[in-house]
Order: sequence, then C-alpha cells, then structure tokens
Amino acid sequence: MRQSVLTRAIIFGIAIVAAIIYLVPTFVSPLPAWWISFLPTDRINLGLDLQGGSHLVLGVKVDKAIENNIERVRTDLSNVLREKGVSGASVDREGTLLHIAVPSANTERLRGVLKSDFAYLVEAKSPQTTGGKSDYFLTLSKEEIRSLRDYAVDQSLETIRNRIDQFGVSEPIIQREGQENILIQLPGIQDPERAKDIIGKTALLEFKLVDDTANVEEAIKNGPPPGRQVLYGHAGRGDGIGTEKQAYVVESRPLMTGEYIQDARVRPAQQLQGASVELILNGAGARLFEQITAANVKRRLAIVLDNRVYSAPVIQERIGGGRASITGNFDLKEARDLSIVLRAGALPAPVEILEERTVGPSLGNDSIREGVISFVVGSSLVIIFMILYYRGAGAIADLALVFHILFLLAILAALKAVLTLPGIAGIVLIAGMAVDANVLINERIREELRAGRAPRSAIEAGFQHAMPAIIDTNVTTFLSGVILFQFGTGPIKGFAVTLCIGILTTVVTAVYMTRIYYDYRAMTGKLKRISI
Amino acid sequence: MELIKPGVTIPFTRYRYIAVAISSVVNLFVLILLFTRGPLLGVDFAGGTVAQLKFSKPVTIGEIRNALGDLGAGDTVIQDFGQQGSNEFLVRLQKTSAQLGELSEQIKEGLTKQFGSGTFEVRRIESVGPKVGSELRQKGAWSVIAATIMMGIYIWLRFDLRFGLGAVIALIHDVLVTIGALIVANYEFDLTIIAALLTVVGFSVNDTVIICDRVRENMRKIKRESLETIINTSINETLSRTIITTGTAILVLLALFVLGGGVIRPFAFALLVGFFSGVYSTIFIASPVVLFWEKRLIRKSPGTLKVSSVKK
Repeated sequence: MRQSVLTRAIIFGIAIVAAIIYLVPTFVSPLPAWWISFLPTDRINLGLDLQGGSHLVLGVKVDKAIENNIERVRTDLSNVLREKGVSGASVDREGTLLHIAVPSANTERLRGVLKSDFAYLVEAKSPQTTGGKSDYFLTLSKEEIRSLRDYAVDQSLETIRNRIDQFGVSEPIIQREGQENILIQLPGIQDPERAKDIIGKTALLEFKLVDDTANVEEAIKNGPPPGRQVLYGHAGRGDGIGTEKQAYVVESRPLMTGEYIQDARVRPAQQLQGASVELILNGAGARLFEQITAANVKRRLAIVLDNRVYSAPVIQERIGGGRASITGNFDLKEARDLSIVLRAGALPAPVEILEERTVGPSLGNDSIREGVISFVVGSSLVIIFMILYYRGAGAIADLALVFHILFLLAILAALKAVLTLPGIAGIVLIAGMAVDANVLINERIREELRAGRAPRSAIEAGFQHAMPAIIDTNVTTFLSGVILFQFGTGPIKGFAVTLCIGILTTVVTAVYMTRIYYDYRAMTGKLKRISI
Repeated sequence: MELIKPGVTIPFTRYRYIAVAISSVVNLFVLILLFTRGPLLGVDFAGGTVAQLKFSKPVTIGEIRNALGDLGAGDTVIQDFGQQGSNEFLVRLQKTSAQLGELSEQIKEGLTKQFGSGTFEVRRIESVGPKVGSELRQKGAWSVIAATIMMGIYIWLRFDLRFGLGAVIALIHDVLVTIGALIVANYEFDLTIIAALLTVVGFSVNDTVIICDRVRENMRKIKRESLETIINTSINETLSRTIITTGTAILVLLALFVLGGGVIRPFAFALLVGFFSGVYSTIFIASPVVLFWEKRLIRKSPGTLKVSSVKK
C-alpha cells in the first residue's frame, strides 16, 4: 500500500503540474520566448458573446441559382436546335421546367440533340403529341441539381471568405452548415452593419447596352419590348425609398459580366464627382471589352451592379487596355467596400441572413465580470458549507474542488475550447455539483462509523459503497450533456462542453484524489479518529 | 453537523396519494397553461429581433418607443433589463434584419435623433428568421424528450424497469414544473432554457439513482419487509445526501441568479426550480410509481419481490 499511495501521489502531482503548464498561456500574455519553443501555447478562447463580435447564418438561395442555370440551358438549347436545323422548335422556361414544342416530324432529331448535347436533362413528364405538334417537358436531373447546389454553396463560401479576408477581420470562422447554409463568425468586429453589407451583396456586375430607341415611360407602363428590360439607376446612400430614380431601357442580354475583373481600385473623389471604382480587366476581358466598344460606338453602355444602373456613359471610341470605371455618388468607404466585393467576385446566388447575433465588447466585459463574481461567491458558499458540515472531510472535499477547477480549466485550454457565457454558468454550476461525490462518500462513511466500524474500515467501506451511485449519477448528467452538445449551437455548446469535462474532472478529483489522502493517513497509522 | 438525525423515519410513502394528487393537479395546470397561454418564446424560437440598449442617462420606455418611430409600433415590446438604475432596456421586434436589411442601423438612427449621439449603446442585437426559429423549437423539444427517455432506459438497464419508469415520470414532472414556473414568472424561452431543461433532466435523475441504489442494497439486506417499507427506509437513509447534493448546487445557482446578470438569470431560475422539483419528485413521484407498479400489476405472483441481478 505504501508503494501504491506514493505512485498515485506522484501521478497526481504530475497531473497538477501539467494542468498549471496548460493554464499559463491563458493567463500570461505575452508568453516568454523560451516557453513558446517547447511548451503548450493553446489557450481558452472567449466566445463571441464574451469578447464581442458577430455570428451570422446565411442561407444561400440555391433555387435562384438553379433557376438561373435552367435559363442558361434554355438559351443554349434553342441555339443548338437552331444550329442543327431542328426547325420550328420553341423552348420556354416554366419555373424549373423547360417546355419544348416541335413539329412531330422533327421529334427524332430533337431526341438526337438532347441525347448528344443535353444528357443532364431528364423528362419531367411524358411527352404529348397533339395535331402534328409534340410537347416535351424537361428538367435538370437530380444529380445535376445536387451538384449545382453544392457548387452554389461552395462558391458562395469561397467568395464570402475572400471578401472577409479583404475586409480585414482576425480569425473569422466561415463554414458550411447543413445543406444550404453558411455560418460566419466575426470576432471583435466594430461595424457589423458594414460587414453584413459586404458579405450579403450579390455583386453581379453586367455591362448592358441602353436601347435609346425605346420609349422609357411606355416600357414602364406596358412592359418592355421583347429582349429588353427596365432598370433603375443607383441612387446612392441616404436617398430614401420613394425618391425619383432614373429609369433605363436596356437589352436584357449582358455583353459582358464581372467574371473578367482582375482588380478593382478606389479612385478618390475629384472636384465635381464622388469617389469611383476603377475596374481592371484581365487579358480576355480587355479584348472582349475592346470588341464591344468598337462595335457600339456612340451607343450608351450601362454598367449594372445587382440590377442597378450605376452609370451609362456614351461610348466615344473603341476602348483598349481593359479599364472601366464605376461612378455613382460614393463616399470613400462605400467605394472601398464596392471594390472589395468586385475583386472577390459575384455570389452565384443571392444570400439571405437567417440568423444574426451581435454582441458589443462592453457587454462581453460585463458578462465576464458577472460570471467571475458569481463563480467566486458561489464556490465560496459551497466551500464554507462543506467545512461547516463535514469539518476535516469537508476541507478535503474543498481541496478536491479546487483541483477540479484547475483541471477543468486546463483541459478547456488544451482543447482550445471556446468559453461562452453559458459556459461560465456551467463552470459555476459544476462547482456546486463537484462536491456531490464527496457528499455521497462522506455520508456513507458516517453511516459506517455509526454502525460501529473503525475509522479505517469505515472509510474503506464508504468509498466502496458510494462508488456505484457516484458512477451512475455522473453518467446520467454526462449523457444529458452529450445530448445538449448534439442539439446546441454556439454558446450552448460551450455549456455542454464544460458540463461534460467538468463531470469527468470531478470524478477524478473527488474520488481518486481524496482517496490518496485517506490512504496516506491510514498508511502512516494516524487514522484513529477522523473529522467528518 | 447533521441536517437529518440518523434513525429518523418519516413515512414518506404514506403521503404518496396526496403528493401524487397535488402533483397531478400542478402538472395539469402547467399543461393547460402550455396550451392556452403558451410559453413566451424568445427570438431563438419565435423569430424576430431583440436589441439590448444601454443609455448614459435615465430614459423612459415611452421615450424609446417614440424614438423608434415606425419600428416602435405594433408588436414591439420594450422592457427594463438589468439592475435598477443601469438604464438598460430590451427592445423586441417581430421583424428580422433579413427582412429589413439594416435594422440595427435604423434603430441607431432613431435613437440618435431623439437622444443625441453617444448617449446610448446597442450592446447586443440578435435576429433570427422564422424558419430557423421553428427548426430550433422542434429540435429543442425533441432533445428534452430524448434525454428523458434515455435516462429512463439507463435506470432500467442499471436497476430495473420499474425504477426506469418511475424515473421517467418523475422527470416529466420536473420538466413540466420548470416550464410552468417559467411561464408564470414570465421568462422567455430560448436556447439557454433548453440547456437548463436538459440539465434538470440529467441532474434530478441523480436523486432517483441514489435512492434506487439504496433500495437495491436494502432488498438484499432486509428480505422480510414489504417493498413499501424498504423504499421508505431507503428514502430516509439517503435523505441527507439527497438534500445536500442538491443543496450545494442550489447555493451556486443562487449566486448565479443574483449576480450572474440578465442573460443568465432565466437559466439559473429554471435550474433552481428544476432541482427543487427533482428532490420532491424523487421522493414523492418516482417511489409511488414503483409501488403502484408492484401492487397493482405484480400482486398476482407474490414471489416477485426480487431485484434483477446486480450489475456492477
């Protein structure tokens, strides 16, 4: 027994030293250089609710991306049918359905084209033939839709990551959540509104020709002529809804989109106009832009961002060199944000904010203070109570409680766990539960003493008989912690983690550690009387 | 020091009919509350936006409502938050920032117009879309139900089906009482409340475990007595540890409730109620269920008063 007590004491001593080493990075900053080279530097991180920051869940409107894709397929299909001489065919889009009408004589050739070039289309319902005309109803195959959805979400994620990197947030978390959602955490962010603007903008840039022959008022009243659409001008920030905005009739088909942008730079304000954003196109883009401008001299080219016309200058001459600029009453900040989203590229589908939680830094500090105060007060109450109630045995349980807190924090640091406000509440709560195992043991020892056992065998029996209940009670609490972890998001997960780890550490300290003490007393023969 | 003197025998099981009657009435009342008035759902579950504002000088709720203009109309709820004199308020809107784009911007603008800039701070803003809210609501409810059933299964495996059933019914009682107390005290249900309910489930089953453990032990020791006597003896023998283990948890929860701040207060409240209820239900609900099972269902074969084999 001498050996075993010593061995256990040494193991426990090593564990305490290790715990202290793991906790140093959390409480000492900056760490000395020699420490960083060979000792752990992981620390407990504060959650967004404690250090301030924004938590966003974005939903990618995947349906919109799919619809856009089907529209693209429709254009392709009618072009291919025309090229391959399938005459008399018409292709319409009805939601996510493509409706193809061909003269019955041409059905074989249509089938051939579909098979060779559009294998990813499947029949949504069986074709109908009436009066020499056949109707086909096609849609995208399930695999195609799944891969489109994945692409849309992954691409959005990538784009948003680019934007946030350029915006400059330290240690952001950007990850996919579920099938169509994106989770974003921006710690310590000062201006969440601006971040949301930058993240949420679709930033689809298009160059479209203005149709000056069309009558704008008539187009608004009766709908635009075929192949044309009505777009409104960008009013600039601060102009509320209801102000008159200039309307344009433009060709629906864009001549060029933002995919050719290599760089976007802010041009500071000059005498007469606000700041602007200069676009620098890549090689292919520059060539395309030159062709477009050459072919449309004297016409107006609308620069459209997210369906708002920012400017519509008249093309004076062929423009080489691949530079264009977007003007439109920007202040410098707005121009900078616009250049960020243009550089990072467009989102493949619009996104919407499903969930937002933003906490300012001052509230976080208050929460930490309140958490620490209630922890100190709560655990002091428990410590005092245990000494009053169990005297010496209570003091031992209190010591175990202190070590439990040490181990709990050390493990949280080693796991790089995120401490949240509910997490702090969890630590406080666990302080009240940590002594439970000792209560069970002590009560049992008292019973055994009353039954007339000698202190030494009473302790032996107390530990032994209390064990099953200790295991069972901790397993049940642990299980509920696991379920909570499965269910929870963010801060709640923090609570579940502290609960589960705390239960493990209480068992170790309350059973293992106190036992070492009693065995030591028994070994040295001083266990004639115990204070309990 | 001793709270419960050794040798004390309170005939708990004798009070079981009245206890079950009272508890049934209370639980029925909670169910009626739940389906008529319903719980006050926080933004986590109902969707909408909540903003926590702090002013540097005293303001009234009316002034804030004025400042918010259109936003302050309709279903908007403004309430005092935090300690007396801290000038903190919670503004609860049905709209979410997804619908309005720049909701917090609008709130700031309105407040700046009324009170001047730099006199207030938007300390926290949470916005949850209706779809996310209803998903969380379902998941939350299921997780509490799943946890309750799991506790029952665990007790069944470790002890006996009778005790598992008793534990589940006691837990349902605790969860209902906690929910009822939250509704009566007008606390909002949000994610932290679900965390509290799950913790109540995981913790209040502990007392049941302790008593079951003792019943099993006593069944082996005292074979002559009836189950009722054994259960009653076991409850009395474990009474002080039941009270103390829950008592130390109550101590820290009181500290959290008083000092932990406005966000944690409902959480601490739910745990306080749930833990109290847990002690009561173990003694007065779980044990009667076991006895009822024994007397009504297994009376036919008198030899069944044995515990299933001890698994250690």
